[in-house]
Amino acid sequence: MADTAHAAHVGAHLETHSETSTGLDSRKLAIWTFIGSECLFFASLIGTYLVYRGRSLVGPFPHEEWVSPAGVHFEPILEIKLVTVGTALLLFSSLFVVLALNGAQRGRRGQLLTWLGMTILCGMFFIGMQVYEFTHFVHKGLTIKTNLFGASFFTLTGFHGTHVTIGVIWLITVFILALRRKLPPEKALNLEIAALYWHFVDVVWVVIFPVVYLMK
Amino acid sequence: MATTVTGDLRTQAAHAHAEPTGLWSWITTVDHKRIGILYGASAFMFFLIGGLEALLLRIQLGRPDNTFLSPDAYNQLFTMHGTTMIFLAVMPLSAMFFNFFIPLLIGARDVAFPRLNAFSYWVFILGGLFLNASFLFHAAPNAGWFGYANLTSTQYSPGLNIDFWMIGLQILGIASLAAAVNFFVTVLNLRAPGMKLMRMPMFVWMSFITQALLLLAFPVITVALILLMFDRFFGTHFYVPSAGGDPILWQHLFWIFGHPEVYILILPAFGIVSEVLPVFSRKPLFGYAAMVFSGAFIAFLGFGVWSHHMFSTGMGPIADTVFSLSTMLIAIPTGVKIFNWIGTIWGGSIQLKTPMYFALGFIAMFIMGGLSGVMHASPPADLQQTDTYFIVAHFHYVLFGGSIFALTSGAYYWWPKMFGRMLDEKIGKIHFWLMLIGFNLTFFPMHFAGLLGMPRRVYTYSAETGLTWLNQLETVGALVLFLAIAAFLYNILKAWAGPRNAPADPWNGATLEWAIPSPPQPFNFAEIPVVHSRDPLWELKRERGGPLPEPARVSGAGIHMPNPSFWPALTACGVAAMLIGVMLLPKLGPWGIIAGGALLLFGVFNWAFEPA
Repeated sequence: MADTAHAAHVGAHLETHSETSTGLDSRKLAIWTFIGSECLFFASLIGTYLVYRGRSLVGPFPHEEWVSPAGVHFEPILEIKLVTVGTALLLFSSLFVVLALNGAQRGRRGQLLTWLGMTILCGMFFIGMQVYEFTHFVHKGLTIKTNLFGASFFTLTGFHGTHVTIGVIWLITVFILALRRKLPPEKALNLEIAALYWHFVDVVWVVIFPVVYLMK
Repeated sequence: MATTVTGDLRTQAAHAHAEPTGLWSWITTVDHKRIGILYGASAFMFFLIGGLEALLLRIQLGRPDNTFLSPDAYNQLFTMHGTTMIFLAVMPLSAMFFNFFIPLLIGARDVAFPRLNAFSYWVFILGGLFLNASFLFHAAPNAGWFGYANLTSTQYSPGLNIDFWMIGLQILGIASLAAAVNFFVTVLNLRAPGMKLMRMPMFVWMSFITQALLLLAFPVITVALILLMFDRFFGTHFYVPSAGGDPILWQHLFWIFGHPEVYILILPAFGIVSEVLPVFSRKPLFGYAAMVFSGAFIAFLGFGVWSHHMFSTGMGPIADTVFSLSTMLIAIPTGVKIFNWIGTIWGGSIQLKTPMYFALGFIAMFIMGGLSGVMHASPPADLQQTDTYFIVAHFHYVLFGGSIFALTSGAYYWWPKMFGRMLDEKIGKIHFWLMLIGFNLTFFPMHFAGLLGMPRRVYTYSAETGLTWLNQLETVGALVLFLAIAAFLYNILKAWAGPRNAPADPWNGATLEWAIPSPPQPFNFAEIPVVHSRDPLWELKRERGGPLPEPARVSGAGIHMPNPSFWPALTACGVAAMLIGVMLLPKLGPWGIIAGGALLLFGVFNWAFEPA
């Protein structure tokens, strides 16, 4: 049996978890568990998109031209160049957040703030790009109601965009903490957990981008 | 170290451990035991509501061409009965045991995230109340618990009924996912020293596997419901055939969730009887490792059998064959479990106490449900049986004869630990016999009614079908079940009125929870135990050569427990308000969602920055 000192010690770490059965911090394990669950969420959305690919009864279509019964001509609707730039920035942001985390762990405040700021800017650009893309589509006659492509496209990329938005809010919160000198190296885990989530959101986009934009 | 604790900390600890009372203390509690009791009380209330709904259905079917219920009321009642029993009764009753007993069984002081645990409960209760609030609007869900598209489309279900159903389930899903993350991490990370994975009590193992199922299955129904939500509120056509949508997509998504869901309902039950049988046979669990791996195998296969719910959609011979074979394969690990339970009691010194009665009843009833399950794993047989009362008989044998019998066994087994009071043995046995007889009287004739062609979900039948006497038997059975539950209620009330008489270890238990006082103190273990074997308490008693002395209640000074918090409950309100705001879009515009979202953010930030 452990002595009282040990017992008190274990109790003290109920919420901070420096000592666990696996040696992993519980919060880190929790975010991995959550990410595992989220995989199924996006798998279902991507699956739905794939099932309905090419099954829209009316246009506009993603990769093909379409002439409506009224004789209106619709170009293929996807703007691959713009989204490629957004994709690249989102991927770079994964690198940036690693550099920021490295800064946090080593107590290099300048490095932390610079790269965390860059990560947030990339995330914001991505959201901006998506807002532009969505409004652009609506102007070109594609809404969530138009056809199965519109429905599955807006749902899939919209939920991804929501995840990016939550990630940006989370990273801004950590940024403000760092700015107020409340993110010392021993608390770098607060950033690491947000970063794990951020990487996951990026990885999901790595699947969505080819499936939606590149696959014809 | 206790002597070096500052006076300030000591008063703090003494304050924290004074077992606060009153409504506010329950709203802000983060104690896994209190949250467990909240889950149990709420789930039992919903269980009674669901049972009452079933009783009304049985009264309606008690004679041919009955007009006791209108067809519409009948649809609402069978939908709410199924939804309630699955999401609001069996799942949260399991959650009660997860909450109360996982930390105790692994030798921990609480779960990994106590506030998240409170959050799960509050989201659950709000979702459950919301779902039942539909009755106030005469708009209870009415498309079955599986809500098949396109019956749920605005075209065929224009009212609020389906809206209540999908928003309610969405809220409940969030509660389940949050709880699953919490317990998954708790089991992995908060085990006492020496409690290796392969030393964990079987209930913890089965609960752990259940959390994995929850984590992987619930996101799928979340998506299915989101698509339905978009169809109904935003005019998409995911399930609308006229626009190219495919209603079968709903069935796939629903059953990819729905089949693992039935294992979510039964695996905790497997865990409970695997605790009860060894204790009342005075023998360690037979084939421990085989039990662990068969449980994991059942869960794994559970994700590869969903289409056996869809044979009648005409998937073609290849899909039918694959899903038929994978379904039959599940009989193997399940059979392993059954034989191991029998192996456990084989040659044991059997103590015929009430928990043991229910555990033995579970084995017998579950075998019957399992056998009829293998029958409709075969597509030709299934095409005859699907949508008949044969199916209703089957899943009640596994869910009632299985889950409910096991959960009741667990209730009698762990009641003394939870409340410090023994339930009466004599009433317990009356409860058992009433339940066993009532259960079989209700559901056994359904096999025959089903094979004779009586369809499910139809509000009446004509006398010419010759089904009257079978249905009358079933209705009498339902009344006997009503008496069984009344006996249980009486037992609970009698114990409640009685003295706190339960010793720490009334059954000669093998696991850690019996080493501490009944009911446990807020911090559970004054000293975190060190575990050397699978049955740590039996080992300890063997070493001492007799029972352990009654553990004393200690002050617990110096043990830091998490502070109560209001933010989980408030955040839960935000989550519920946001989702209900989606339903209120036509009335409030986006403002309901915005208000809910703001409340959610406010709660989350206060939660995140609350000093622990």
